[in-house]
Amino acid sequence: MNALKQALDNGKFGITAEMAPPKGYDFSACMEAADMLKGKVHCVNVTDMQSSCLKASSLGLCIKLKEKGLTPILQMTGRDRNRMALQAELFSAAAFGIDSVLALTGDHPTIGDVKEAKPVYDLDSVGILQMISQMEKTGLDCGGNEITGGVPKFFKGAIVTPVYDPMFLQVNKLRKKVEAGAQFIQTQGIFDVDQLKRFMDGIEKAGYTTRIMAGIIPLKGAGMAKYMNANVPGIRVTDQIIEKLAQAGAEEKETGKKGLAMEVGMDIAAEMIAKIKDEKICSGVHVMAIGAEKNVPAILQKAGVSI
Amino acid sequence: MIITQKKPLDEVWQMLEGVTRVALVGCGSCATSCKTGGEPELQEMKEYLESNGKIVTATIIPNESCQKLLMKKELKALKDTDTQAILTLACGDGVQTVADNANIPVYPATNTMFLGQVERVGLFSEACRMCGDCVLGHTGGICPITKCAKSLVNGPCGGQKGGKCEVNPENNCAWIDIYYRLDALGQLDKLKTMRTDKDYKNFAFPRRISIREDK
Repeated sequence: MNALKQALDNGKFGITAEMAPPKGYDFSACMEAADMLKGKVHCVNVTDMQSSCLKASSLGLCIKLKEKGLTPILQMTGRDRNRMALQAELFSAAAFGIDSVLALTGDHPTIGDVKEAKPVYDLDSVGILQMISQMEKTGLDCGGNEITGGVPKFFKGAIVTPVYDPMFLQVNKLRKKVEAGAQFIQTQGIFDVDQLKRFMDGIEKAGYTTRIMAGIIPLKGAGMAKYMNANVPGIRVTDQIIEKLAQAGAEEKETGKKGLAMEVGMDIAAEMIAKIKDEKICSGVHVMAIGAEKNVPAILQKAGVSI
Repeated sequence: MIITQKKPLDEVWQMLEGVTRVALVGCGSCATSCKTGGEPELQEMKEYLESNGKIVTATIIPNESCQKLLMKKELKALKDTDTQAILTLACGDGVQTVADNANIPVYPATNTMFLGQVERVGLFSEACRMCGDCVLGHTGGICPITKCAKSLVNGPCGGQKGGKCEVNPENNCAWIDIYYRLDALGQLDKLKTMRTDKDYKNFAFPRRISIREDK
C-alpha cells in the first residue's frame, strides 16, 4: 500500500516533500536529494512543469525515485495533455509501480518560459480526478472502452489555496475535488497558522471532511518572501516573518556569517510544522523546499516529526 | 456579431499584385458595425486603390455577406466588367461565400477575430467560443469557456491575483465574476454541481447543421 495512504489511514502525521525534474536529462542533483529524503518522508511529489517552465517529465523522475526505493506522487496537470494522454501516462506510471497521483489544472504557458506553446486544458483538476475515479469504478477508459489486463488504482490527491478571496470558491472547488475522488489534499504554502485554522473551520462548516496536509515553504531570505508575496498567487508571507528574515540578513552582512537567514527560514518552517502537529490542525505537512531539498531532514528534525 | 479588423494595407497590396481591375465586396451587417466593410470603408479602399493605379470595377455591399444565394445574386453586377479579382471587406465567412460564387481570385481585406459583443460603438469583447455545449445556464450568463483563459468548468484555478487573470491582468477572473453574478441572483448553489464531462465532440470542425427535412 502507498506509504502516505497507510500513514493517514492509521491516523499518523503524514509527511511529504516535493522535487522538480531538471531542465535537461542530468538527474544527478535529484538523485542526491532523493538519497537525503529517503526514509524521512512518506512520499515525494514530483512536479509537472511547475510554473509552466519546461522540464523533464514528472513520470521520468517518478520512475527514478521509485527505483531508489522512494514513494513518488505523480503530479499531473491538464495544461499539456488531453484526457487520452493523461490516461495513457497513468497506465505507464502504474506499470512502473507508481500508485499515487496528484491532479492540478496547471499554470498557463503565458506565465512560463515557453510562452508560444498552445495550452490544452481538456480536463481541469476536478475532471482529472473524476476520470481516474470513473476508471477505477467501471474498469473502462475515458472513452468508455474496456481496459485489458486489470485496472490500475491510485491514491489520489489534489491541492487547495487557503489564502483566497472569495473563500467560497476555494471551499467549493475543494468539495468538488473530494467528491471527484481526492483522498488527500496539499495546500499552497502557509505562513500564518491562525489563517490556516480559519480555513480549516471554513471547510468544517461547509460540511465535508478530507485529509489536508499543510504546505510549508522554508524561506531563504526576506527577498524571496517579498518576491513570492508579489508574484505567487495564494502566498501571503506575514510582515513579522519578513522582519525576522531581514534582521538575519542584516546580521549576515555585518558578521560575514553566511546562511543565517536560511537558518531562520528553516526555524520558522519547523515551528509551524510543530504547531500544526501539536494542535492537530492538519493531517500532515507537505514541505516544498524549492531546490533546497537537502534541508528538509533538518527541518523535520527541528520540528520533532518523523515518519 | 463577428468581429473583424482591417488587415495592414501593405498586406492587401501584396495580394493584389498583378491585378489591375478589382471589385470590392463589403457587408451590411457585422463588418459595417465593426467599421471594416461598410460604405465608408469601401469608399476609403476604393480611393486608396485608385490613387495607386488600380481600377475598381464595382463596390457591392450585400445586407449580409454570409448568405450564399444572396451573394450569388449580388455578384451578377460583375458581369462584363472584366474584373480580375475581388477584395472582400467582410469576415472570413464572407470571403468564402464570395469565393464559392466567383471564378476569379478572392482576397480578404480583414482578419476575423471573434464572436463578440459590442460594448459600445467601436469597443468589442469576445463572448462566445461556439463550443457546442452551452454551460451559461449554470454560470449566471457569463461564459467560462470564453472568459476563462483555461476554459475551466468547475471554478477558478489558483492563478488569479486581486480578481485578475494570471494570463492577462487586464481581464477579470471569469469565475470570480460568475461568483458575484450568481450571488446577486441568489443562485450560488449552481456552483456546487460538478461539471466534469465537458464534451468537446460538438467542437470538432468543420461543423454543418441542417434543420431541413431533405437534409
